[in-house]
Amino acid sequence: MSFSRPGVDPLRHRRIQRIREGALELLLRTCAFLAVASLLLIIVFVFREAAPVLFDRETQREASVAGFFSTPLWQPVGDVPKYGIVPLLVGTLKVVLVAMLFATPLGVLAALFSAEFATPRIRELLKPVIEILAGIPSVVMGFFALMVLASWLQGLTGSTIRLNAVNAGIALGLGVIPTIYTVAEDALRAVPRSYREAALGLGATRWQTAWNVALPAASAGVGAAFLLGLARAVGETMIVLMASGNAAIISGDPFDSVRTLSASIAAELAEVVVGSPHYGVLFFLGAVLFSITFIINVAAGVFVERLRRRLAGA
Amino acid sequence: MSIDTLRGARPLPRTRGFDMQGVSLTALSGLAAVIIAVMVAIIIGNIILNGWQTVTWDFLVGSPRNGMTEGGIFPAIYGTVLLVLLMILALIPFGVGAAVYLHEYADPYAWTTQSVRFAVNNLAGVPSIVFGLFGLGFFIQFVGSSMDRAMGLDVVWGQPALIWAALTLAILNLPVVIVTTEEALKTVPREMREASLALGATRWQTVRHVLLPQALPGILTGAILAVSRGAGEVAPILFTGAAYFLPYLPNMPTDQFMELGYHVFVLATQSPDVEATRPILYGTVLVLLVLTFLLNLTAIVLRARLRARLMGRS
Repeated sequence: MSFSRPGVDPLRHRRIQRIREGALELLLRTCAFLAVASLLLIIVFVFREAAPVLFDRETQREASVAGFFSTPLWQPVGDVPKYGIVPLLVGTLKVVLVAMLFATPLGVLAALFSAEFATPRIRELLKPVIEILAGIPSVVMGFFALMVLASWLQGLTGSTIRLNAVNAGIALGLGVIPTIYTVAEDALRAVPRSYREAALGLGATRWQTAWNVALPAASAGVGAAFLLGLARAVGETMIVLMASGNAAIISGDPFDSVRTLSASIAAELAEVVVGSPHYGVLFFLGAVLFSITFIINVAAGVFVERLRRRLAGA
Repeated sequence: MSIDTLRGARPLPRTRGFDMQGVSLTALSGLAAVIIAVMVAIIIGNIILNGWQTVTWDFLVGSPRNGMTEGGIFPAIYGTVLLVLLMILALIPFGVGAAVYLHEYADPYAWTTQSVRFAVNNLAGVPSIVFGLFGLGFFIQFVGSSMDRAMGLDVVWGQPALIWAALTLAILNLPVVIVTTEEALKTVPREMREASLALGATRWQTVRHVLLPQALPGILTGAILAVSRGAGEVAPILFTGAAYFLPYLPNMPTDQFMELGYHVFVLATQSPDVEATRPILYGTVLVLLVLTFLLNLTAIVLRARLRARLMGRS
């Protein structure tokens, strides 16, 4: 504390203390800016390693952005490597579509149930279930899809290919449900009680209140839940790497194997020579992945802000 | 609700007698919750049923033998513990420092503060595989290689290693620690800060002797959540240090290491004989799952206590 001890010049003591305070504040501020620095470093270093694809003539002879779309084949290893990213984009789209079709209704409806219909006791039962689901590491989810779910689905649908977009998409959806549920439930519970009381007072039933009042009022939050889930689904790696079959083919059939952007990076980067065209292409895919998720996350942030404003303005 | 929200509103259909629509919506949302719970139970149940017989003491303290079809997983457990310990050592000072700055020092409306918050939010949304790319591009290719050059070494630091994987995971988990620590700081009543400052304590003394002790459960929560996530994430360590198999235990920061999640991935996808490794695979998954659940459970209990304190105040 700042009581001056005998024998210590109080003015000098004060000065030393002021310097120390300033230094510590600077230190703490540095910690905070480390977050900004991390994000910037991620951008700089992922794009830096991808740059040869855009700017280096030597690399471009083998792999260039134009080349990404001029061939329908992703065959990075071979005498004449082909880097067509269309199959990877199609694959990612298919898996993410299945995942979101599976996870969005389940996640939003369960959130609606928890926020509007469930008694407090049932809600307390549902919470740990979602927390357990959120705590399952994605490699475990991938393992489950690979070893168990794939066989069940094959038995159910009779598809010839065991590891396919539906299998990976459902497992991915399971991984995304906690995100969608948590954000949507938070938004629904942030809707002021007065809204519901007004609706009920006007004679609306409980479900009419939930569907016509609470859900529209929280719509921005539900939108954010969808977007955050989408960003996670696009970027998730281990589940699709293990459960999707990893065949880079362009097809509309959800029961074909698929290879996604993230899985290609995970499967190939360890075997690649640093600085080779293939290495640059994989970092380029990473940069694409980063850009997609970044844009989705920023959009989700806008939705959250809109929800906050709308509910605060009430 | 502003009047705009009501524009286009239709009168609600009158409900007479049995409310079919209402019952079906309530049932549907309840069904969604039940489906999620059942799926979680199936996954967990399947892993416990198939794994519990494998997990013996010998399994936990033994090394893999016979091409990983026999023996235990001790090296993977050891590597995981070492990895998350290093990660926490790097992560906690910076994460807590950043949170203290954001909550206690920063002007919430300054653009610098806003940019830190923006970075934290978006860092949390970066796909884990991109963190892996970043770890390789920044820590190994840039920092590590520069260190080797500066010290005139052969390749020592500029290759996948325990330290680089731990630092990559630390950055991945930075948002977790910042958010939970800030949450904890919010629960400390303003009167305590004012009392401390009124007694002549400086800002830092208030932080050090009043706020941090009070926020300790929150900091622990963040640390435990980070450990749980760190132990389960595989994508960021694929290229930054995890090894397929090592005949020795890592004891230097530049060593590679075996890790539980990566071990699951290897056993599930790279094994020449899937049936022979099956019991070991299930056992490893169960150990990983129990580890992350125990950690998550501790975090949930701590967090619930914090919330209770916050509720008790308002």
